[in-house]
Amino acid sequence: MDTLVAVLVDGIIYASWLFIIAAGLTIVYGVMRILNMAHGSLYALGAYAAASLAGAWLRAGYAPMGSYAVLVLAALLVGVVVGPLVERGLLRFCYGRDEVVLVLVTYALFLILEDLIKLVWGVESYFVSEPYGLLGNVEFGPLSYPVYSAVMVVAAVVVGLALRWGIYGTRQGKLLVAVIHDREVSAALGINVNRIFLVTFALGTTLAALGGALTAPTVSVVPGMGVEVIVLAFAVVVIGGLGSMPGAAIGSLIVGLVRSSAVHWMPQVELFSIYLVMALVLAFRPRGLFVAVEARKI
Amino acid sequence: MSPARRTALGLAATLLLAGIAAPLLPRWAGFLVTIAIAKALVALGLLLLMRTGLVSFGQGLYFAIGAYAAGVGADALEFTDAVPMVLLGAAAAGLVALVLGLLLARYRTIFFAMLSLAFSMILYGLLVQSSALGSTDGFNVAARTVFGLDVASPVGRFGVYGLAALVAFVGAVGIDRYLRSHLGRLAPAIRDNELRVEYMGASVRNVVHLHLVMAAVLAGAGGALTALAVGHVDPETAYWTTSGEFVFVAILSGTSSVAAPFAGALILELLRSFAYEHAPNTWQLVVGSVMLAVILFLPEGLWSVFRKRRRAAA
Repeated sequence: MDTLVAVLVDGIIYASWLFIIAAGLTIVYGVMRILNMAHGSLYALGAYAAASLAGAWLRAGYAPMGSYAVLVLAALLVGVVVGPLVERGLLRFCYGRDEVVLVLVTYALFLILEDLIKLVWGVESYFVSEPYGLLGNVEFGPLSYPVYSAVMVVAAVVVGLALRWGIYGTRQGKLLVAVIHDREVSAALGINVNRIFLVTFALGTTLAALGGALTAPTVSVVPGMGVEVIVLAFAVVVIGGLGSMPGAAIGSLIVGLVRSSAVHWMPQVELFSIYLVMALVLAFRPRGLFVAVEARKI
Repeated sequence: MSPARRTALGLAATLLLAGIAAPLLPRWAGFLVTIAIAKALVALGLLLLMRTGLVSFGQGLYFAIGAYAAGVGADALEFTDAVPMVLLGAAAAGLVALVLGLLLARYRTIFFAMLSLAFSMILYGLLVQSSALGSTDGFNVAARTVFGLDVASPVGRFGVYGLAALVAFVGAVGIDRYLRSHLGRLAPAIRDNELRVEYMGASVRNVVHLHLVMAAVLAGAGGALTALAVGHVDPETAYWTTSGEFVFVAILSGTSSVAAPFAGALILELLRSFAYEHAPNTWQLVVGSVMLAVILFLPEGLWSVFRKRRRAAA
């Protein structure tokens, strides 16, 4: 019984973290048809920015509680600086090309960002663990969990609800949905598709960076930390269906629970259980669990 | 002279040159060329797939299977010669592709890329967990002889190098011949319009399946040769970044000639050895920038530069 609770709680915490990252990946794919292989690097950028800024904040002796705001601020900063830079500087030259070509372009971007991170921050690791320890632990039956994990879950729920409201509840969101359905008709109707793309990519970058920023206090921030994240996020969005937001949520939960079950019950399959699920979903529902079959466009 | 014969003669001349150069090259250069050839074999398989319109982000799967099969051949089956080890590696990879192809051959574009990536990551997870295969450390692989020649002897020293060159020659000429055959000419047709190919009476899925197996055999041979040259295998060979490197070589080389992957892989290895020496932290930066430049400005790959010049001269 205790194990079951532990599996559920661990799974949900892991799923929350995954959702924040995968939501960014899936929205960029949904709107721009770009499967962004550099998403993991943007995640790493967020973690580095958060570690540096929160570290500076704490060293300067400001209120430690403020460091949470600094983490989020760091993610926003990466989103509004790096996102538009990449979109305007590189991606916009590739629109209209094959989806596979765009995968290759973002793969090249991944390689470049990995080294840029090393050039800016060096190869040593960064720690900023204060926000993690600050909130203490909470007893959960016989198990003890850091309260910070709850922050992660809350953040994921807030992100999910905000995205839902933003996409379905606002005028800008409705324009976005129109672009998702048909880019050319939207442009013909006077929607500024370029601006939508810019905003979408900045949003996707912010979400990746937020995932990284919130993770920064729980791990040591080291080069290469984004390499594994990208394939995990791929697994999530492939399971849920590329471009589907509810799919990203369910995909995160599935991956989170599969991983935590593997960790607790069959540790020897932990590493590949996620990819096994991904391969199975692709084998039986190649478009993912939550994407309707797309009508053929002429 | 037919283009097929011209390519074969050109490759034979290169093979001869490689043979003559062997004793003159310093040891590190011989090693570098061997590794480049092994990786080029994987990229040659990718060339075949890319001509068919498919990009695989999981060739590391077959590369790793080839490498591990060679090692298992040495340990469990007590092979002492390199030749059966490479054959075993190629056969094992081909067999796996034959099975996975039943599924993979139905997928296209990014779904193909993602599913092949998922398969390679599953293998990575399996290899990391299997203590019998050395888990994360891998294990050592060594051949005592190549073609019956002792690797410690003055001639046998170049054994793995010679074997790699020979496999590359056979592979490149074979693929070139194949691409000029009736079946091979279906590849670009499939890339352009699958429906038309089906209407002509050919089975797209069977052709794709065949190409998957051929690419896997090449990747398996490349993996086995790498294992023999390095003397070691580890799970990193199946990780997705390894597959990404093969994609890089294939993009850099383009699909216009079977010789291009060899040039591309050699450039990559030379770049790498110099970058490691002088600027280890900017290596990926260079690779990524070159890749972007090639995609944006030379979508047919570096080799197309020679083509255009030749056409302009003619």
